[in-house]
Amino acid sequence: MMDNLDALELELTGMISDAADINVLEQVRILALGKKGNITALMKGLGAMEPKERKAAGQELNIFKQKISDLLDTRKLEIENTSLDARLAEEKIDVTLPIRPEELGTIHPISQTTDELISIFGEMGFVVAEGPNIEEDWYNFTALNIPVDHPARQEHDTFYINAEKEGQRMVLRTHTSPVQIRTMQTQKPPIRIIVPGRTYRCDHDATHSPMFHQIEGLVIDEATHMGHLKGCLIEMCRAFFALDELPVRFRPSYFPFTEPSAEVDIGCSFGDGTLKIGEGDDWLEILGSGMVNPNVLENCGIDSTKYQGFAFGMGIERMAMLKYGIPDLRTFYDSDIRWLKHYGFHPLDVPSLVSRAGL
Amino acid sequence: MKFSLSWLKEYLKTDKSLDEILHWLTMVGLEVEGVEDRAKLLKEFVVGHVLEAKQHPDADRLQVLQVDNGAETLEVVCGAPNARAGMKGIFAGNGSYIPGLDVTLKTTKIRGITSNGMMLSEREIGLSDEHDGIIEVAAHLDIGSSAAEALGLMDPVIDIAITPNRGDCLGVYGIARDLAATDVGTLKPLSIPNIKGAFKSPINVNLNFDDDHTDACPIFSGRYIKGVKNGESPQWLKDKLLAIGLRPISALVDITNYMTIAHCRPLHVFDADRINGNINIRMAKENEKMLALDGKEYEMDAEMTVIADDQGAEGLAGVIGGERTSVSENTVNVLLETAYFSPVRTAMTGRKLNLQSDARFRFERGVDPAFLRDATEIATQMILDLCGGEPSEMIITGSEPDWKRNYFLRNTRVKDLGGVDISAERTQEILEALGFKVTAVEGGWEVIVPSWRYDVVGEADLVEEVLRINGFNAIPIVPMEPLTALPHGAINLTQDRRSRARRTLATRGITEVVTFSFLHADQANLFGGSPKSIELVNPISNDFSVMRPSILPNLISAISRNADRGYKDSALFEIGPQFSGENPDDEIIVATGIRGGKETPRNWSCASREVDVFDVKADILAVLQQVGGPAASAQITQGAPAWYHPGKSGTLQLGPKLILAHFGELHPTILKAMDVEGPLVGFEIFLDNAPLPKTTDKSRPALNLSPFQSVERDFSFIVESNITAENIVRAALMADRDLITDVVVFDVFNGGSLGAEELSIGITVKLEPTKATLTDSEIEAVSEKIIANIEKQTGGSLRG
Repeated sequence: MMDNLDALELELTGMISDAADINVLEQVRILALGKKGNITALMKGLGAMEPKERKAAGQELNIFKQKISDLLDTRKLEIENTSLDARLAEEKIDVTLPIRPEELGTIHPISQTTDELISIFGEMGFVVAEGPNIEEDWYNFTALNIPVDHPARQEHDTFYINAEKEGQRMVLRTHTSPVQIRTMQTQKPPIRIIVPGRTYRCDHDATHSPMFHQIEGLVIDEATHMGHLKGCLIEMCRAFFALDELPVRFRPSYFPFTEPSAEVDIGCSFGDGTLKIGEGDDWLEILGSGMVNPNVLENCGIDSTKYQGFAFGMGIERMAMLKYGIPDLRTFYDSDIRWLKHYGFHPLDVPSLVSRAGL
Repeated sequence: MKFSLSWLKEYLKTDKSLDEILHWLTMVGLEVEGVEDRAKLLKEFVVGHVLEAKQHPDADRLQVLQVDNGAETLEVVCGAPNARAGMKGIFAGNGSYIPGLDVTLKTTKIRGITSNGMMLSEREIGLSDEHDGIIEVAAHLDIGSSAAEALGLMDPVIDIAITPNRGDCLGVYGIARDLAATDVGTLKPLSIPNIKGAFKSPINVNLNFDDDHTDACPIFSGRYIKGVKNGESPQWLKDKLLAIGLRPISALVDITNYMTIAHCRPLHVFDADRINGNINIRMAKENEKMLALDGKEYEMDAEMTVIADDQGAEGLAGVIGGERTSVSENTVNVLLETAYFSPVRTAMTGRKLNLQSDARFRFERGVDPAFLRDATEIATQMILDLCGGEPSEMIITGSEPDWKRNYFLRNTRVKDLGGVDISAERTQEILEALGFKVTAVEGGWEVIVPSWRYDVVGEADLVEEVLRINGFNAIPIVPMEPLTALPHGAINLTQDRRSRARRTLATRGITEVVTFSFLHADQANLFGGSPKSIELVNPISNDFSVMRPSILPNLISAISRNADRGYKDSALFEIGPQFSGENPDDEIIVATGIRGGKETPRNWSCASREVDVFDVKADILAVLQQVGGPAASAQITQGAPAWYHPGKSGTLQLGPKLILAHFGELHPTILKAMDVEGPLVGFEIFLDNAPLPKTTDKSRPALNLSPFQSVERDFSFIVESNITAENIVRAALMADRDLITDVVVFDVFNGGSLGAEELSIGITVKLEPTKATLTDSEIEAVSEKIIANIEKQTGGSLRG
């Protein structure tokens, strides 16, 4: 019997390696190991042998059976792999097809720039204060030391509405400065606030919009002087434009609500007709500032012999235009989806001074 | 304010360069806006000599010139009628830039003849609009010499911005005084002539005011000058005025302009022979009329000041003179007026009449009330020098307004407020150089403000004077002192929620816009309208005439504009104020959005889909989740305000009164009224209505994860069509609040075999046991409870 094993092995091995698919291989398995299979028959034949002979033959037959079984398994894996490869090859798709439509909105440059400025001033201990868009004349002008006959109060500069308070027509605030007054009336020094918000002036041309945004700052305590004003605003400019060496210049100016007053310029160049912020032979005005006029403090019930501080204000759109190279002010309010996609910001681009990438 | 460098140097002794002077002008607060260095602009042009001028063979109007430019003789084709052999003019060679034409010259053939340059007109050079012919210069000038020199344009013209407080620098002398306080130079003292009048003025001047109007003109000074000859001004005066853009008119007029620019001292010269009787300075009569020097007739009111004779007004005080008594080339006798007019009244008059003038610009900022006699003397001397004549005794009426003020400057104050150490000597020196009278007293100085400095009204102003002349650059930079070791956060919870809402909406595919707070009243009316109180009195246009009651109309317009540009599928939101009245509480911040077109545009992979109500409902829920606090458990009810589709809209609220949001399809009537194609869906989230979290505790409740397998079971119910999905889900959840953790609606169906008023709703209920794996009988028991509760709560029945 055992002599036949070699022939059987040859036969089965050939059949296994010839099997081209799983079904044929299964037939081979049944032929060899099935209930009526060759090897099964041989196993059954062991019962008729002498115990001594049966042991030896049994061992040999088991080894043989295992060998065939292994060959079957190996071949099965081979066939499976081949057919998987074939299937995968067939499943090839055109990966250059576009993805399914998905939309991501953008953050408006005014919001982003506001958030950037808040993140900078926040590091210096400022907190955001807010106030109404519709203001009383007193808060918008009188309390800020702007006299009744000041040209800014004329209708060609200021929007008035029908409503009146204390016999004066109410205005759309012409600056965010009334929030200084509201804050000083309700809060005791030390005060350190910034006030972003909408502001309104009767102007509508290429460089003026009837509505625009400002950010205002106010610091009131017993010791803050003009050196701090310079320190604060220089740091702000350099952090905002992410230029450590940005030249910043302070020059005397005039605002009714500050004394002394300074306008702040940053260095720039106009080479080849394009504006570049940074080292250069030119200056660009970006904000107004000054030490709070003692009259303003007194108007808010703050003792001007004890307290002092500074205030500043800048146009948010202007800061955005300079930083991001946006050429036209009016486009900010056009809601043109092409402009918004181009100049807008990714919603996860949350301004923070933590990243070295800068704001 | 424009002035030439040489004019400044008449009052300022300096050896500093133009650039240094410009630097210091800006650094003392007289911001340089521009410098016209015409020598630089004209440096490529030279004096050219026309040697020959022949008719062009092929063009009637052209000549062919041979021009000697000092280096060579060139052929130039020229169209100027006045070009002739022997003349000298201004020559521009190839490669030079012609400002008036905005071209750079190169060799060109004109009708067959090569032209190698150009003889220039005033317009081509950028000097004036004159273009009738080429410039002719004096014959004695050297050929090839500088054009700027030949034209008398070597003097740079400086333009500075004067802040409204610095009226004193609206004269060149005042500017020189400011600069002299720095180390740029020293102020040359003015020499004031002392003119003796030979006779008394035949014209009397009276100040006629009632007690309420004495401020209008407190003092008048002047002179009668007889026998003048009013010809052209000498060249030096013409050049001065021309350089700063003033057209010379006649010697008498030019002298008044000179006084305005040099000394910030507007004055007026009347033709005395045309004055009827005496001069009265008085308030105008209501509706009194006057023909002014600008050729226009003005009607005045009783709050305007006039200079009048017996016939009527002949000058609008501080603003403009009258035509009737104006000087001409035939003028023989004149009356010079140097008066002080109230700044406020002058400004009001100019504003009411919409009339701007160099005089008004100065009077309304305040001219020096103590500089009348001296100005009269300087002007009289100029008239005598340029026009001859014989002066009367000086006329002085009224008295100087009280301008004397003094303030105490603490010797610590410059350091305490300005942050810079400046010595007592330097402090005093600066103030004195600016004209302040300074007396050292204990602890500081008593400082008397000079008559020309209206703006100085307190100690802080004195500090500013010292700081600006010492230079803001000299103030050491000091970092802000931290209030706390770490900053405590710049934005509060309310502001933080707006920021989260903004970034949440953008991640959901909606783009942020910023639109105006005002809009057209018609649009406001479609969205509830705005009260009369918040209509603008002076809108830019009707499109921006009322404060917006809602942000929706602006967004709808924006969606429509984008659609017109070919971007039909867009989603926009704005977080900003809307207004229901004029009080601060009437202004609320709302997150408002609109989606239009397709939510899923056409693509190869899945079906496209129009936007619908559930897109905006999802927007709201995403925002409210970010807002946090109780808002997350808001109830949704059917319906929203009138601008929404009555059937396809909803409201989120906490309790009956606290509205958190509206959402839905916009009402077709609204879209029709706004001429916008729909459908559009929108939402309004009243962020500030959402209650703040009750606690600032950040810790979260313990998480108990069940180790036992969860089970899902599906049910379908047939209910009356007025039953909502919310009714069914709630009833299912209530059936066993411990075991049931989620209910999902997987199917909503009507029609087919169902009755007209019937609806089939399919739900999947998730059971999550916490104590042991559920047995079949336990699952069966819960299922029974679910069915029973839903049938009880909704009147529906399990679908067989």
